[in-house]
Amino acid sequence: MVSSPSPQQVAEGSALRVNGVSKRFVSPDRSEFTALDNVSLSVKAGELVSLVGPSGCGKSTLLRMIAGLETPDSGELLVGSEQITKPCASRGLVFQDPNLFPWLTVRKNVQVGPTARGVKGETKQEVEDFIRLVGLENFADAFPHHLSGGMAQRVALARALINHPQILLLDEPLGALDAFTRMRMQDEVLRLWQARGTTMVFVTHDIDEAIYMSTRIVIMTPRPGRIEEIIPVELERPRDRSSQEFLELRGRILKMLHFAGDQH
Amino acid sequence: MAESSSSVASATPEAVAVAPALRKGLLAKIGFPLAVAAAYGIHAAVSKQEPELETRNYTIFLAGLGGLGLLAGALQLFLGGFRRWMQEMWPILSAAVLVFGVLEIVTTGVRLLPLPYFPSPPKILQSAIQDRVLIWESTYHSLFLLMRGYLLGVVMGVVTGVCIGWFKTARYWGMPVMKVVGPIPATAWIPLALIISPSATLSAIGLIAIAVWFPVTMLTASGIANTRSSYLDVAKTLGAKPSYLIFRVAIPAAMPNIFLGLFMGLGAAFLTLVVAETVGVKSGLGWYLGWSREWAEYGKVFAALGIMAIFFSTIMTGLFALRDRVLVWQKGTIKW
Repeated sequence: MVSSPSPQQVAEGSALRVNGVSKRFVSPDRSEFTALDNVSLSVKAGELVSLVGPSGCGKSTLLRMIAGLETPDSGELLVGSEQITKPCASRGLVFQDPNLFPWLTVRKNVQVGPTARGVKGETKQEVEDFIRLVGLENFADAFPHHLSGGMAQRVALARALINHPQILLLDEPLGALDAFTRMRMQDEVLRLWQARGTTMVFVTHDIDEAIYMSTRIVIMTPRPGRIEEIIPVELERPRDRSSQEFLELRGRILKMLHFAGDQH
Repeated sequence: MAESSSSVASATPEAVAVAPALRKGLLAKIGFPLAVAAAYGIHAAVSKQEPELETRNYTIFLAGLGGLGLLAGALQLFLGGFRRWMQEMWPILSAAVLVFGVLEIVTTGVRLLPLPYFPSPPKILQSAIQDRVLIWESTYHSLFLLMRGYLLGVVMGVVTGVCIGWFKTARYWGMPVMKVVGPIPATAWIPLALIISPSATLSAIGLIAIAVWFPVTMLTASGIANTRSSYLDVAKTLGAKPSYLIFRVAIPAAMPNIFLGLFMGLGAAFLTLVVAETVGVKSGLGWYLGWSREWAEYGKVFAALGIMAIFFSTIMTGLFALRDRVLVWQKGTIKW
């Protein structure tokens, strides 16, 4: 399944450190709530870590902070030894909604990164390579409203990957897809991850998906958003969703989440 | 009904299947020429007392229409796309010609409407032919004036709209001004414009620009301000700088809104153009309209109205065509 990547395709992932990060928001009814409370997390280069937890546990907020779209009230986030202060092309973000620009064709959408960074000319061939990588060479000139949900999400992936991000952040990227497309896309993301060595942080609601894909699973609890537990997943790849170990781990995580939900 | 058709079907099944399609195709080919013939019949019946020149020109006009109709019928034999278009369009085209006939009955035929205010179609045609040079020049002047005012207004409106929509400071100071000054109809500025501006043409350009500026600004600003924040987030994480966010994300995202502003602005521009030409500028279709009325030449008044209808709707159609080109990426758009 994994083809060996050509040298210039390998973007080495970076290590990521989250040190005691807190974030409070004011909700529309003027009451404050704590989205993240003193969260610390360390992700090694080339890891695929998933964040799992009920809604409101701050996992999307944490992801947006790593992307640089939100700033923490206290604590710090580091890539390598560099502090994250603003969005950067080296940290790609893929949302649940593909958010393709509807006024651009598939090719132009994939080209957004190079165009925005002013290196459009040098990457013409690469754009084609990435469109082929996600299997959409026949749709390169189509507008997004002609694409299915899975195709659009593949374009969104290609658009993020062409920047060769050191860290790829995925905010429930497969949440809106049907079960079959979803499983195919999981393999696709894994293939990209293995081929490119990118560090990935993956937010999901789906425990099976987290177990199937991650090197570690971070369980978060809401109000205030905290990390409950970090579970390493050491199953052989490709993982078997119906194996005994898989199901045991699944049961353990479910119990943990259920227990966490009962506390409030 | 069902029984009778089935009995016919048993006799000649093929003929029954073919007949409706044939009839539809035949009507699409000869319907319009028949309507022209009817209009001519009416004309011949009611216009015996009318001036010979009018009758001759109107006959030539109808003959021309009839010729085009026959040509259109013949072309349908060869061009499939044109055939489908005519099958769709022949009723409305024929109705348009029949309206001439009805108008002629009402005016010349039974003299239902008071003269000279409601001349017959042949008389209107004659007026247009008589004044063709003046009408042509007036149309040209109107077009030139409209374009200058409209383009100035669009440029101003898009620039202020983008600023108000994007920059908080510009919104704080600009929005109240827009809200207070914007709703004043452009024509209400005429007294002021005539004093300030050194020439009537300049003041007309300014007035049209103001009329266009307000709707374009408001809709552009709301489009820019309502750009989906996730588009901006995506662009930021892909390495976009502020200039990219404004010109490559916010403005394209606001394009549908901007076009709404352009349409509203165009309507306002037509109105202001006609008023400005009637008041200050001594040329153009608005001026020609007023001038004809003063001389009680109502044939020319109607001719001017007809030309305006063609003039304005052509420009409107052009803007719709431009919109369809620019917004190809949109799913469903309103058809003109």
